[in-house]
Amino acid sequence: MNILYFLVGCSVLMALVFLGAFFWAYKTGQNDDTHTPGIRMLFDDGIADEKSEEDHFSS
Amino acid sequence: MEDQHKTITKAVCYHCGEDLPMVKYQMDNKDFCCAGCLGVFKILSENNLCNYYAYNNNPGQQLKGESHLEYLDEPKIIAQLLDYKHENSSIITFYIPAIHCSSCIWLLEHLYKINQAIFSSRIDFLKKQVTISFDHEGISLRKLVEMLSQIGYEPLISLQDVVKAHSSSIDKALVLKIAVAGFCMGNVMLFSFPEYFGLSGFEKQFQALFGWLNLAFSIPAVFYCGRDYFTSAITSIKHRHINLDTPLAIIIAVLFLRTAVEVVFGIGPGFADTLTGLVFLLLMGKWLKQRTYHHISFDRDYRSYFPIAVTTLQDGREKPVPINEINVGDRLWVRNSELVPADSILMKGDAWMDMSFVTGESEPVHKVLGEIIYAGGRQTGEAIELEVIKPVSQSYLTGLWNNEHYKNNSEKQNFNDSVAKYFSLGVFLTAFSATAYWLFQNDSHRAWSAFTAVIIVACPCVLALSTPFTLSAILSVFDKRGFYVKNTDAVEELAKCNTIIFDKTGTLTSSENAEIRFSGALNKEESIIVASLMRNSAHPLSRCILKALNVDRFYSLNNYREVLGKGLSAEIDRHNIYAGHLSMLPVGIKTYSETGVHIVIDRSYKGYFEIKQQWRRGLTQLVSKLQKFSLQVLSGDTDKDFWILKSIFPNSTKIRFRQSPHQKLSSVLELQHAGNRVMMLGDGLNDAGALKQSDFGIAITDNINNFTPGCDAILKGSSINILPDFIQLSRHGLKIVKISFAIAIAYNCIGIYYAVQGTLYPLVAAVLMPISTVTIISFTTLATRWSARRNKLI
Repeated sequence: MNILYFLVGCSVLMALVFLGAFFWAYKTGQNDDTHTPGIRMLFDDGIADEKSEEDHFSS
Repeated sequence: MEDQHKTITKAVCYHCGEDLPMVKYQMDNKDFCCAGCLGVFKILSENNLCNYYAYNNNPGQQLKGESHLEYLDEPKIIAQLLDYKHENSSIITFYIPAIHCSSCIWLLEHLYKINQAIFSSRIDFLKKQVTISFDHEGISLRKLVEMLSQIGYEPLISLQDVVKAHSSSIDKALVLKIAVAGFCMGNVMLFSFPEYFGLSGFEKQFQALFGWLNLAFSIPAVFYCGRDYFTSAITSIKHRHINLDTPLAIIIAVLFLRTAVEVVFGIGPGFADTLTGLVFLLLMGKWLKQRTYHHISFDRDYRSYFPIAVTTLQDGREKPVPINEINVGDRLWVRNSELVPADSILMKGDAWMDMSFVTGESEPVHKVLGEIIYAGGRQTGEAIELEVIKPVSQSYLTGLWNNEHYKNNSEKQNFNDSVAKYFSLGVFLTAFSATAYWLFQNDSHRAWSAFTAVIIVACPCVLALSTPFTLSAILSVFDKRGFYVKNTDAVEELAKCNTIIFDKTGTLTSSENAEIRFSGALNKEESIIVASLMRNSAHPLSRCILKALNVDRFYSLNNYREVLGKGLSAEIDRHNIYAGHLSMLPVGIKTYSETGVHIVIDRSYKGYFEIKQQWRRGLTQLVSKLQKFSLQVLSGDTDKDFWILKSIFPNSTKIRFRQSPHQKLSSVLELQHAGNRVMMLGDGLNDAGALKQSDFGIAITDNINNFTPGCDAILKGSSINILPDFIQLSRHGLKIVKISFAIAIAYNCIGIYYAVQGTLYPLVAAVLMPISTVTIISFTTLATRWSARRNKLI
């Protein structure tokens, strides 16, 4: 059962890594705006798409 | 065929969605309501940005007059505005009120297509902010702002920096603390589980390890996450009064000490699970309490209305100067629709001041040379020269904010703090008497464990949680119905009010539904003549009249003349036409109305256009539902509406007119000294002092994105009729908090029964606390929903 000592250490270490990751994400402002990215990802790239759409309608 | 024609004329402007006038602007088979909208479309189509129109129908907004941006060339002001400046790149964040849909995001994030010098731009939609990084050698700040204005997104640059005020939010540290507390709690729970299920002899070897680990996790929970409770408790004891943080701090300390003692001496497992769980829940409650609307600001004062810079005359030359640097004796140059930032004397020019900010009276006031013009007035007319007689911060209007006698926040005591005193007293009495009893029995070990156990079990955790949970549930109900309350403490204030003061203009009347009315007669030919004249003016009144007339063709005109703030004149088809203020007209006439836009064609008086403000709907029902309150109406306007108000309000209502901002403020103070709790409803800057002084100030607005003065809550104009239901719900909320407090006491009694005997096992504490917490949270949530439904708010 001595393996438990090692496992407990591992689990605490992992948890600390995740906590650190959260701190980093939060401090770099990744949680500041949770609304806009959701809208942003729906935009098409480039105008080429729009033109092809127009052609599609006119034909 | 005719039907078809109708549907076409009914169509709306491709850019802004306004109804099309009979004569419309066209480009690329698209219709536009005005030259401004057409202009924006032109810019966008030239830059291949027509996707803007693909994401939403008619996403644009009509352009509002031009503004003077010379001040953006001043290095001092630029430095003040920029977030960051490096060799050839600068970053700036603007607040743009016009941001309202996904098209706005798309367009503003593709600014680089319009100008190569812009590297990138990024929007925060809820805060309505855009952060732009650009090459300041390629495009100056002024050019950048001009470009934004051209496409209909004029940034708001005011004396009170909206952008920077937002970014310094306090709850950032709190979120990090919650993260740490949650981390500690999760791990402690994990290591406490073996203890809950009982350990076999073989597993005992881990007990010490788990104990030490738990103690290690408690240290950050207490000294980092819980630090605020200790500092708050210490300051409150220094001020000789007890708030809710005092017993909480003591409990955290006792829990930690007992856990440390038990672990170090190997007596038992300690209370690390209860401790970390408590800290985590307390912080969650605190977060709920602090959570507020990011997109609405409740703390705006006159500085949000004032520009950041003003044009001064130095040796006959115009020079923009930051407002903070204006001194007594400076000469100001104030153009049409610019604000006078400091009390000053009129030196040159014809001043027609729109004092609606200060007095609520919308009719411009004529000032003669040498007269004092108070800060907050807006010039409507030609540019004028002023000499400053008082610095900005000490002017008549701004002085309202520097008044010493505003309500003191520390005086406000909420239910929690008032209960905390008795609660702490009761707990300590029980704890000490239990200790005394066991000491008397010569059982010092039991005395120590009874003392700590009583304090642990009698945790006012529920008290600290039930208020934020109940009140924030109420906040979200309010929010759905267009009533935005600043924070949970304000809900308590709302429930306690017994006097309501209404402002008139903008509060009881609505500026959105203003209706243009013509008194007199115009035949079709004359309508066209008037419309042709109005078409040339950008004045909002002219636009309104043009829209109201809605004629199908225009004449060309000669000798067009516009006297700013006074009126228009021209020669059309051999007719001479004048429109505007009485003093503009070529003939002296007697009329019933001094105000309004008067029309004279060929020396014969035709009548006048008048903007009639409409009363909000459902006022009578609103007033009848508020019978239990004592009501007052304070208007900055003249008493022309006295009889209408009299018919709406009961006889006991005091109705006063021509109230200055200071008089409004002192009326509120008077009522408060008489022991009343005053709710004030107002809209403009002229109510701002009274709103701030009142126990609960509500700013009424028809557009939530408009600027509102500092207040406790913002109410949409359309929701004013359900104000009584809001008040009722807030009162129910307080009742719910009190009931949940009673439930918590019941749980505590069970816990204390075991605690005084000194037989409280950590497991009991660890189970009892979550159970009581869950009960309370579900009770408050359900009860709030039920009472919101009873008040027909959901």
